[in-house]
Amino acid sequence: MNGEAFMNAQTLIEALVSLLLLAGSLFALLGAIGLYRFPDFYTRLHAPTKASTLGVGGVILASMLYFSTRGDGVSLHELLITVFLFITAPISAHLLAKAAMQQRTPVERVTKGKPWE
Amino acid sequence: MLGYVIPLCLAILGLALLLTVARLIRGPGSVDRILALDTLSVEAIALIVLFGIWTGSGLYFEAALLIAVMGFVSTVALCKFLLRGDIIE
Repeated sequence: MNGEAFMNAQTLIEALVSLLLLAGSLFALLGAIGLYRFPDFYTRLHAPTKASTLGVGGVILASMLYFSTRGDGVSLHELLITVFLFITAPISAHLLAKAAMQQRTPVERVTKGKPWE
Repeated sequence: MLGYVIPLCLAILGLALLLTVARLIRGPGSVDRILALDTLSVEAIALIVLFGIWTGSGLYFEAALLIAVMGFVSTVALCKFLLRGDIIE
């Protein structure tokens, strides 16, 4: 038998943390790409509010996992940031849409779901 | 393994920040810029938490929490100013 196993618990935790970190950063990058490329403000509102919140949630989940396995007990207080972001991201998106409708931000012809006519 | 993944994630998040700053400069109108600033604060939270994992210190999450609260409050204040012209009536 080998002297040391190929995959022990430490490597498994590191692999899981790396996977979560990569997934979270890729989601944040997708949100920023959508913010850069969508043609209309009302379409641009969707990308960062959903994708970036998910991306930051993934990074914080990785951080919780990493600090829980380093001793000093389970660290659940980092979940607070995710809960706060999940609660406040819809509120800021709603207020931004309201302000844009009042400023009469121009809307493209192909954007669906116009609430005013 | 984390010694390779964390700089890669920092580079990916840096690219996302650059794209958001491009929208901040380009956005025709003020609502686009307010949205870009809000997105910048959310991505800054991810950067700070990632840096906390890298240095192994658990103190950086408090700075991330502060930036989350301040980013949300500033977005609400800017939108209220655009809507009403006055923040606290």
